[in-house]
Amino acid sequence: MSLELKNISLAVEGHLHIYQSNLKLEKATMNVLLGPTLSGKTTLMRIMAGLEKPSSGQIIWNGKDITNCRLQDRDVAMVYQQFINYPTLSVYENIASPLRVMNKNKHEIEIAVKKAAEILKISPYLDRKPIELSGGQQQRCALARALVKGAGLVLLDEPLANLDYKLREELREEIPKIFERSGAIFVYATTEPEEALLLGGNTAALFEGRIRQFGKTSQVYRNPKDIITADVFSNPPMNFLKFRKKYKKLTFEDGISHTETDHLSNLSDGDYIAGFRANHLDLTRKRAAQIKFSVRVNHTEITGSETFIHMNYTGEKWIGLVKGVHNLDQAANIPVYLDLAHIYIFAEEGNLELSAFYATKVK
Amino acid sequence: MKINNSAIIIVLYILFLMLPIYWLLIMSLKTNQEILSTFNLWPENLTFNNYKVIFTDPSWYGGYINSIIYVVMNTIISLSVAIPAAYAFSRYTFLGDKHLFFWLLTNRMAPPAVFALPFFQLYSSVGLFDTHIAVALAHTLFNVPLAVWILEGFMRGVPREIDETAYLDGYSFFAFFKKIFLPLIAPGIGVAAFFCFMFSWVELLLSRTLTSVDAKSIAATMTRTASASGLDWGVLAAAGMLTIIPGALVIYFVRNYIAKGFAMGRV
Repeated sequence: MSLELKNISLAVEGHLHIYQSNLKLEKATMNVLLGPTLSGKTTLMRIMAGLEKPSSGQIIWNGKDITNCRLQDRDVAMVYQQFINYPTLSVYENIASPLRVMNKNKHEIEIAVKKAAEILKISPYLDRKPIELSGGQQQRCALARALVKGAGLVLLDEPLANLDYKLREELREEIPKIFERSGAIFVYATTEPEEALLLGGNTAALFEGRIRQFGKTSQVYRNPKDIITADVFSNPPMNFLKFRKKYKKLTFEDGISHTETDHLSNLSDGDYIAGFRANHLDLTRKRAAQIKFSVRVNHTEITGSETFIHMNYTGEKWIGLVKGVHNLDQAANIPVYLDLAHIYIFAEEGNLELSAFYATKVK
Repeated sequence: MKINNSAIIIVLYILFLMLPIYWLLIMSLKTNQEILSTFNLWPENLTFNNYKVIFTDPSWYGGYINSIIYVVMNTIISLSVAIPAAYAFSRYTFLGDKHLFFWLLTNRMAPPAVFALPFFQLYSSVGLFDTHIAVALAHTLFNVPLAVWILEGFMRGVPREIDETAYLDGYSFFAFFKKIFLPLIAPGIGVAAFFCFMFSWVELLLSRTLTSVDAKSIAATMTRTASASGLDWGVLAAAGMLTIIPGALVIYFVRNYIAKGFAMGRV
């Protein structure tokens, strides 16, 4: 089984919603479409499902062109962000519905429905109407329907976005296990980098209708191809600062120079943009190699055990994520510390020049 | 029990509303003589003769039968046309869809009297004059736009994703429409049917213009009792009472749906 999008693009009323894209998804893989809202995740997914016809390009399923194939004949199941079930049918009939269309016999249907309900923990509610279930259970019902169909391509469009935190964590853990055995191709759209990392598999980073990068999730996370991908795959967003390299010296915007570290030695002289993730910023010097920046605090957000510090560094907005509770005065000038091993170096036009040193070390 | 002010106001209001109906009721149970001679709040000589006249005289009960026939015809035609139309308006965008939708509604803006003459001429020339279908068709001019408008509101309330999920589950369009979609908008169909029924049931002018004997409606029959022998007050009142009943029954059955319809912003 494989799904291939060949030179797919989609224009609506003259506006390109999906720029020409190629994507190949393999059997029994989890594929995450990661991107902010309006990045085209849902649209791309709808093209894969056949709900949207691409303006150009082909969709190849198992080597066969299915671009113009009827929806009913596709081997696809889809779960939406909104909990979509048939309101007038019971939960049992909801789950059974794809099997009923396939004209399976009663006994077979009962076995399959009971099994799916068991896996998704909604067995006690089979007689109810979907509206009488909680949000999490409604989504479980939708997932069960996708599961019994046994489709080769399962599309999950932000299935957990409308659930509360606890339910989300619970289901997020279950989803990959539930579908693991089916050997289907999974596509999972999300706006959250954490979700992509937790699900693993492959990730396609999307931004404004373009697939910026596709590869193993950890690879994309550690070696983003350009500034946009790095930003899409960082939460809070990546922090950036400009610097100039000259004669083994790095000069930052505040005018302070630092001697380069070894892994930067191959970088030719010139102007660059450095990027680093919020969690790599420290309030105190942890290692001798860390360099110091002076920043002004805008405000802090305390989330129990961690503190988000919003700050200003010579005009750039930075966010730092540090452990512990830190009540910093607004407008206070504080020093923050950063290890050069944690910076990604991008060319001024945005392409990655050099991955962060720490990332090249991790497998 | 403590009596609060709002209860008093409501009781007064209901009394006020019910008074004409009560008056109609007691008139129908009086003799003509009593109606015309004395003023009293209840019948002195209770009589069911007026009702007997209606149930035995074909020109009277025939009116009810004719009315029911064309009302049912009209409701069925209106709905079977309006349901696909409303689905199209709620699900597809096409050139001029909004204008077309508005144009449909404008059909209701003209009073039926405007169309009485052209309908009469047209139906006479094609031999439909004095048939049930003539009245049923004439009423669709007013009922189809209303039904489309009501149904479109209900259908818009059904997420498009339900359609898509059904197709991906393997349902063909018609299977989806029958098994999933129609049950979902059943309340809307109920409300639309109610409004078609009501309009067609109470509409007088077109039904009177387009019928003479064979398909004469009850409303027309009632207006024609002012004959040579003068007005038969008692029978007329009894006919009025009987005319209210079907409407009341229909309202009783769709009352919950109508509340839902109001809540959904249409009706």
